[in-house]
Amino acid sequence: MSDDRTDRARDEVTFPGARPPDRRWRIDAGGIGIAAYEWGDPQAPPVLAVHGGFDFARTYDRFAPLIAAGGWRVVSWDQRGHGDSDRAQLYSFDADLRDAIAVFDDVSPGRPIPVIGHSKGGSMMIYIADAQPHRIASFVNLDGVPYQSRIPDVAEHNRTKMIADEIAMWLDHRRRTASALRKPGSLEELAARRARMNTRLSPEWLRYLASVGARHDEDGWRWKIDPTMRFGGFGPWRGEWAALCVPGLGMPFLAVMGREMEEMSWGAAPERVFGFLPPGGRCEILDVGHFVHIEAPETVAEMALDLIGRNE
Amino acid sequence: MLTHNRISLALHHLREGNGRPLLMLHGLGEHSPVTVPAWLDGWDGPIVALDFTGHGASTIPVGGGYTAEILLADADIALAALGEVTVIGRGLGAYVALQLAGSRPAAVRGAILCDGPGLAGGSSFPSTQSLFELAPSTHAPDTYALVELSRDLRPPDYAATFVRLALAASPLDEPISVTTTFRPPWVEAVAAEPGVAVSTLAEALQRYADV
Repeated sequence: MSDDRTDRARDEVTFPGARPPDRRWRIDAGGIGIAAYEWGDPQAPPVLAVHGGFDFARTYDRFAPLIAAGGWRVVSWDQRGHGDSDRAQLYSFDADLRDAIAVFDDVSPGRPIPVIGHSKGGSMMIYIADAQPHRIASFVNLDGVPYQSRIPDVAEHNRTKMIADEIAMWLDHRRRTASALRKPGSLEELAARRARMNTRLSPEWLRYLASVGARHDEDGWRWKIDPTMRFGGFGPWRGEWAALCVPGLGMPFLAVMGREMEEMSWGAAPERVFGFLPPGGRCEILDVGHFVHIEAPETVAEMALDLIGRNE
Repeated sequence: MLTHNRISLALHHLREGNGRPLLMLHGLGEHSPVTVPAWLDGWDGPIVALDFTGHGASTIPVGGGYTAEILLADADIALAALGEVTVIGRGLGAYVALQLAGSRPAAVRGAILCDGPGLAGGSSFPSTQSLFELAPSTHAPDTYALVELSRDLRPPDYAATFVRLALAASPLDEPISVTTTFRPPWVEAVAAEPGVAVSTLAEALQRYADV
């Protein structure tokens, strides 16, 4: 399908309150091209909005305009391998943090700015707030304070089997990645696939996400995310290590957690976060799932603006 | 050359022969030797050596992103090409050899852990990490590899998990051999596990040549 026809097909899909970014540009992050987007008055002060794993910047199409209405220029970006950013040869959490620093430098060199991070994006901002606190003026964390690993408490021999299976599956996947392609389908089929991981989100929203997060090839639509990336995986990292950085944060801090556990949640009871709050920090728990800003955009936007402030 | 995703991996056949190959994994910043080193005199069979991503004649990726687990996948690509192997690793390569033995216990007939660059890795607990961009490397080793793989987290219990995985499914009673003089915390934890032989290099080579 030609780019024009793809754009027309994409434009036919709308969602109440969702708005495409007002501006787009690219940032060079050490040779990796990062797709950046912003909503709001170009003269307004910037706030960064960081997406979660397997998401992309335009998952903020519904939430970012609400923050922009508070007098902010909301900047988000596709992490490497996600959305329209370059597919990299390697991916790691450290590399994502380094790319984020390139965005900070592009958007607000030398001046601290507020950040809003969802899920993995919230975890990323915890590490940057710890390593480079001079960059962050205030911090809204949306269900992104990880605490425990995804391996539940089970008998040792069962645990060993689970880990062995997970590693073998990951290595088998790595053996196939050179020729990996995402499965094509209609926008409805892509939305239905995503519904397996985003179980609480409406089919209408997921179809909208597919329309802005997929590209159209000859044989159908495909999610843009690099097919070499895989949900899950293994490594030495433990969720509680991010949580342990939170009590030491010095900037105003708000965590908004969803009470309902789902596939994409970190597996931590939201009340756990109360034990890790920094002095003066707050935690709000809503009766929603992991995507607090998509299930309750107005409520969460008001909470976020209460923390980061409102501009004229 | 082998292919791992968008990386070309150089696999060097240092000595042809019959029987199970010995797969050599180099240390951090090193590359495969051109000829069989004298310290492998105790191995009579074929010997192959892998250049990890960003090292030797393998591809230097753009923008870093190294983890020990990606190097494990490098080694697993070599394993897929070779079939059954005994693996020997220096420094960082020793850590990867351990992971390979735990991840593919049916195909790895013994892993020998040796001293070498990058043996210690980073801390065993979370620490405040410096974040900075490096100039692209025009030749190996990739500077991102040197930085990122010298500070990757290596908790002792995580390393010990790979011993348990190896022991649970390997046909060998002692699938791991520790020959290092230097014992950073993860090596200490590995050496203390059942199923791990602590011995000289010559003894370790002999142990796995006989099985």
